[in-house]
Amino acid sequence: MYLIPSLIMFGCGVFGFITRKNMIAILISLELMLNSVDINFVVFNRFLYPDQLNGMFFALFAIAIAAAETAVAIAIIINVYRVAKKVDISEITKLKF
Amino acid sequence: MDSVGNLIIYAIAAIAIIAFSILAVTTKKILRSATYLLFTLLATAVIYFQMDYEFLGAVQIAVYAGGIVVLFVFAIMLTHKPGKDAEPLSSHKKWLGVGAAFAGAAVCAGALFSYGKFCCAKLLPGSGFDIKEIGSALLDTDKFGYLLPFEAISILLLACIIGGVVIARRR
Repeated sequence: MYLIPSLIMFGCGVFGFITRKNMIAILISLELMLNSVDINFVVFNRFLYPDQLNGMFFALFAIAIAAAETAVAIAIIINVYRVAKKVDISEITKLKF
Repeated sequence: MDSVGNLIIYAIAAIAIIAFSILAVTTKKILRSATYLLFTLLATAVIYFQMDYEFLGAVQIAVYAGGIVVLFVFAIMLTHKPGKDAEPLSSHKKWLGVGAAFAGAAVCAGALFSYGKFCCAKLLPGSGFDIKEIGSALLDTDKFGYLLPFEAISILLLACIIGGVVIARRR
């Protein structure tokens, strides 16, 4: 029963990732997807091996990697904004400025 | 997972997760979207606390709700004019997104409900983990030790710090 909110959260993340045009909104959708996968790791650990900690450590490392990824992605977005003055992916089409 | 109080807490957290994650991807204002993401992450932390993973819930609040959402808010403040709405979606792209999301969710839901024991199983009574056990497992080199990923994560974070400084530096 913990997997159903996680499933809906992942579906929302996919929807936002496809439909949003703003780069920061896409990153927010990506965070939703990563977070739902973290919930799944912890829930399956609890269901299958309740006396071990493997899924919890996987979720812990996934949270750390998500933090690093978000920091680098936001640095890239701010740099793109500084060069091109917009964050809309339909208007940023040249990779080399 | 047997007492009524636990069930009520679970229901509140699940409804909060579902409602706020739908709102986070459908709202027009980007700052509201970040706020709804914050509420979703806090409800996730509630679920971690309820499953007796207190350390993971604390990490979730500290790193996600404390770090990443603040980073998002700073980035939104730096790159957006306040009070400007997002453009309305083109309808074909919207239906493409709805179709992809529902197709993926339907496949996962079919797999989930075919294993009926997972979607409505009661939690086993877990042995509560103390922080000492987590710490010794993090720095252990045995079979269930996590020293190598720990060090790899530390190198990744160092590379991320240097990369962030190099990318965001004003030339």
